[in-house]
Amino acid sequence: MNVIEIKDLSFAYEKEPVLEDINLKVEEKDFLAIIGPNGGGKSTLLKLILGLNEPKKGTIKVLGKAPKASLRQIGYVPQNTNVNTDFPIKVIEVVMMGHVEGKRPLFGYGKHEVLCAMGALEQVGMADFAQTKIGSLSGGQRQRVMIARALCAHPKILILDEPTSSIDITGQRDIYELLKVLNEHITVIVVSHDISVILEYANKAAHVNKTLSFHDISDKHSTFHTHGNDEHFCEIELLQMLGADNCNTCEEEKPQWRLKP
Amino acid sequence: MIEALQFDFMQHALLAGILVSFAAGIIGSLIVVNRMVFLAGGIAHTSYGGIGLAVYFGLPIFLGASLFAVGAALLIAALTLKKRHRMDTFIGLIWAVGMAIGVIFVDLTPGYNVDLMSYLFGSILAVSTQDLYFMVALLVLILVVVTLRYRDILAVSYDSEYAGLRGVNVRFFYTLILILSALTVVIAIKVVGLILVIAMLTIPVYIAEKLSNTLFSMMFLSGAIATLFTLVGLWLSYTYNLTSGASIIIVSALSLGVFLLVSKKS
Repeated sequence: MNVIEIKDLSFAYEKEPVLEDINLKVEEKDFLAIIGPNGGGKSTLLKLILGLNEPKKGTIKVLGKAPKASLRQIGYVPQNTNVNTDFPIKVIEVVMMGHVEGKRPLFGYGKHEVLCAMGALEQVGMADFAQTKIGSLSGGQRQRVMIARALCAHPKILILDEPTSSIDITGQRDIYELLKVLNEHITVIVVSHDISVILEYANKAAHVNKTLSFHDISDKHSTFHTHGNDEHFCEIELLQMLGADNCNTCEEEKPQWRLKP
Repeated sequence: MIEALQFDFMQHALLAGILVSFAAGIIGSLIVVNRMVFLAGGIAHTSYGGIGLAVYFGLPIFLGASLFAVGAALLIAALTLKKRHRMDTFIGLIWAVGMAIGVIFVDLTPGYNVDLMSYLFGSILAVSTQDLYFMVALLVLILVVVTLRYRDILAVSYDSEYAGLRGVNVRFFYTLILILSALTVVIAIKVVGLILVIAMLTIPVYIAEKLSNTLFSMMFLSGAIATLFTLVGLWLSYTYNLTSGASIIIVSALSLGVFLLVSKKS
């Protein structure tokens, strides 16, 4: 079943098109990496999927419905979790913001909401920090809290915008390992610059730069030539290869990575 | 000071000081965490237009100032929701135009020469019973809104984009915070005057923010700190025959200085 289906989509903020003829199908339990240069339209595509922008042309279906109608089944982790760190708010309160409207008490939070939020914190390994002020956490810990907040609504799809941009290398790995575990039950979509890391975890990749090119990378060894035994991904070349069908950056040097025909 | 309490005007002043301090502490917290300080300053000065109009048409000052301030808040809300990056320009504009309207209408009022200074720097010793009713009503309204819709206000203040995605009506709560700010500014004008109102809305809040884990505790701690500053300022003003609004602000500022020194050392 396709959880997200985008057909012939185009979008422009003003006159200049930002996205053109986008087609994308995301299946259940996919781990999709959306990559591409800055200003290439990655964030715009996310906003379209979240229903924050309306497409100029074409259609988007999320879980078979219009994006806005499915919003409650999407868990979203926004970029820049380092803003507003002075804000006096406890971790558990941040997580409880993830609850969707529904039965709620006249004052404060319901018992079931607290339990659910604690469960989500447990899942991301942050239960011990429930009563801590959010500003005193590290970037990686804060990112986990934001993932817990997204999990609070029991989403079918989890969407993350640059989840590791302000986290050190070990912290990044931890986040991706966590996403890998979550991916056993839900679909994960990540917009990221850290392509060398993300391509290890993703099974599908979409390169967005006004147009979109889609790659199934579930079997990495048949998709890419390896450079000896070195498991290193060369970021720039990878980006360009996924963007274009041919690698044309490697004329002087011997190509290290190339998509198999 | 104790013997002064037998006077009606002194009892009114104390009561007004406490009511306004709590309103300012709660709403000031929302203004600070939402980064709306400049905006609240704009509304405070704009409300002088309402004072001028009230004087000219012979309306109660509170009514005129409240309507005008709420009008300014709605206008600012409508403008800033669409063009947030232009916010400072709009606020500066509304700020100046509001004051200009006030000055012109006071000029036009025949034979009127009430001291402009009492609005600029407050007149806490001239609080009427009617003023007190207005302050009580506003504080009750603030308490009801803040307790019943706490989680929505918290969500919108902390992360408005996410709150919107979770079905909270961001526009509504943003406007609501602005309207409550406008009304709070109007009653605070009575105590410290429209020039000094921003200090009252921010200094206690700044101290409380450092000491609080939640927005809720920040709001009530701010209220308590503001009350303390107001009472000490009032006492100084009575004992040494100083302007009350300015005394309250100086007490607040000195306390903030001490707080910063102490918290830096520890």
